[in-house]
Amino acid sequence: MKIHEYQGKELFRNAGIPVPNGFPAFSIEEAVEVYKKLETDKVVVKAQIHAGGRGKGGGVKLAIGPEEVQKYADNIFGMNLITHQTGPEGKCVQRLLIEEASDIARELYAGIVLDRSSGKFVFMVSYEGGVEIEKVAAESPEKIIKEWIEPNDDLKQFQARKLAFALGLSGVQIKHAVKTFLSLWKFFKSYDCSLMEINPLVVTNSDEIIALDSKINFDDNALYRHKDIQEMRDLSEEEPSEVEADSFNLNYIKLDGNVGCMVNGAGLAMGTMDIIKLYGGEPANFLDVGGVANAKTVAHGFKIILSDPNVKSILINIFGGIVRCDRVAQGVIDALAHMEVTIPVVIRLEGTNAIEARNLLKDAEHNFIVANSLADAAEKAVKATGEKI
Amino acid sequence: MSILINNETKLVVQGITGKEGAFHAQQMVAYGTQVVAGVTPGKGGQKDNNGIPIFNTVENAVSETDANASVIFVPPPFAADACLEAIDAGINLIVCITEGIPIMDMVPVKEALDNSHTRMIGPNCPGIITPGECKIGIMPDFIHKAHGNVGVISRSGTLTYEAVHQLTEQGIGQSTCIGIGGDPIIGTTFIDLLSLFKDDSQTDGVVMIGEIGGSAEEDAAQWIQNNNFDKSVVAFIAGQTAPPGRRMGHAGAIIAGGKGTASDKIESLRNAGITVCDSPADIGKTMANSLQSKLTT
Repeated sequence: MKIHEYQGKELFRNAGIPVPNGFPAFSIEEAVEVYKKLETDKVVVKAQIHAGGRGKGGGVKLAIGPEEVQKYADNIFGMNLITHQTGPEGKCVQRLLIEEASDIARELYAGIVLDRSSGKFVFMVSYEGGVEIEKVAAESPEKIIKEWIEPNDDLKQFQARKLAFALGLSGVQIKHAVKTFLSLWKFFKSYDCSLMEINPLVVTNSDEIIALDSKINFDDNALYRHKDIQEMRDLSEEEPSEVEADSFNLNYIKLDGNVGCMVNGAGLAMGTMDIIKLYGGEPANFLDVGGVANAKTVAHGFKIILSDPNVKSILINIFGGIVRCDRVAQGVIDALAHMEVTIPVVIRLEGTNAIEARNLLKDAEHNFIVANSLADAAEKAVKATGEKI
Repeated sequence: MSILINNETKLVVQGITGKEGAFHAQQMVAYGTQVVAGVTPGKGGQKDNNGIPIFNTVENAVSETDANASVIFVPPPFAADACLEAIDAGINLIVCITEGIPIMDMVPVKEALDNSHTRMIGPNCPGIITPGECKIGIMPDFIHKAHGNVGVISRSGTLTYEAVHQLTEQGIGQSTCIGIGGDPIIGTTFIDLLSLFKDDSQTDGVVMIGEIGGSAEEDAAQWIQNNNFDKSVVAFIAGQTAPPGRRMGHAGAIIAGGKGTASDKIESLRNAGITVCDSPADIGKTMANSLQSKLTT
């Protein structure tokens, strides 16, 4: 799960991690009010969306005086912000963060990620802050300095010190950086984060270390023990059909193609998307209906797939193991008896009771296109996008 | 031969009285797996529907029944602790089926595994099967063909069944099939299993099913190249059409910061001389051809 920058900074502030003074604004008027409350001259007006690269996209502006705050808030509110992380469709800005501008001497980077091959978390810093860290990692990996955190342990003082010195900090800056790094790790651990990036982490002209950004991802599997974080979820940042699918416990991701797919299992669902592409089509979605493909889950699956007007055919691909294919087939038949589906439905069922399932589909009222293999199913589903039933 | 499990493996089921645990314990018994014990804290002294004795701790189960393998069907908040308990009890092989264990809980488990003789398959996996001998997991067993010469290693569940089904349709039996799990931290990697298959005289070929996220496939490609692995290897990588930055069902299936794409993995594997199928429908056929061409050369 992701949260907004202003929410992350609020959490940081409470955890003793230095951030600029600032408050969120949900309207232009509120932006001006926040400006007055901050009692400062220069502020930064920042678009709050769940993606990075906002500055380049025009979603971050330095403002002096209430008129400029009003002007930029007006510009940014409701704008469709396109960054390298939003994709070409962009994201509509509905929240702003107004915060005190910092007196920046240097821009650094700090992040914590999981190193999958060692199974340990790694604390990373770079003196190339404020730019796309992916680029730094790809072009000059030596500019990223890493310290691995031992399991059952915390980031050690000496490790934080090593990182601070490697960044070229000195004097009181070291003390501040060490304290901040230790606090960042404690925060990361106590909130079950899966990724954290502070880009930039700045050194001010008065030697303070301040987190100017906060990108935090929380481990979805651990959210059950963080009710406060769950409450920060902003559903408007998510695709509505994905939110709906989530409420049915379906794993759905909307894509741009025209062949809808409904599959049991994540790997097979990805494989099905891939084979649709291989046969000249484009998958419209990822949908894993999980182990229980009954009439109810199938009906919900149809509803969500059909909410996408681009979908011209549907491919159902189920490999029955514990779940019996004839039960799935009956589920599909029952679901379609209660809804109007006017686009072709191709079904491929393999595994437990597959033959019984095919017979059920043949005798059904709905005109299914029954496929005999995975390749056959993909070919038929792609071909069917040009057909009416 | 086979790897890791055979008809002598003695299994304890952790979480045997839960819905999933009870159902699959029954299925494993029906397949012929020696299920010798169950563990549910507080239900020690009872027996399950198959007459399997239940213990309060894994330690008790091991000392009373000589169990050497464990399968975990414990809910996510308690699963990591169940893994640690099995490691502490000296179990040789843990198969953790549970999906949804927090990463922060898995880090110490991985550490404990590294400091013990215990091997763990999973978590978030369908398990392991040596067809005709022993099944530890939730896979549909009837799709397998016993005493075969091809091993299967996969990060997926149903896509593994798809591959096994295709092999069986080609008349190719399997030595051992392992679902290694879809999480970012897993106990056993492609490389661990490739090195076991390398020494298994029964296995002539290995199917590798990878997916987006992480670098396990690239690492395996490197390993194959460096270790003169001369058995047939056929691979498929799921997620060629997956968008970046999105978690595709599995917690570990995500392209992050431009890393972990299917195309990078496919390129690494092909550079190592491994046959990679573009289509998931061609896995069985491709392995059949590969084994055939090995015979004729």
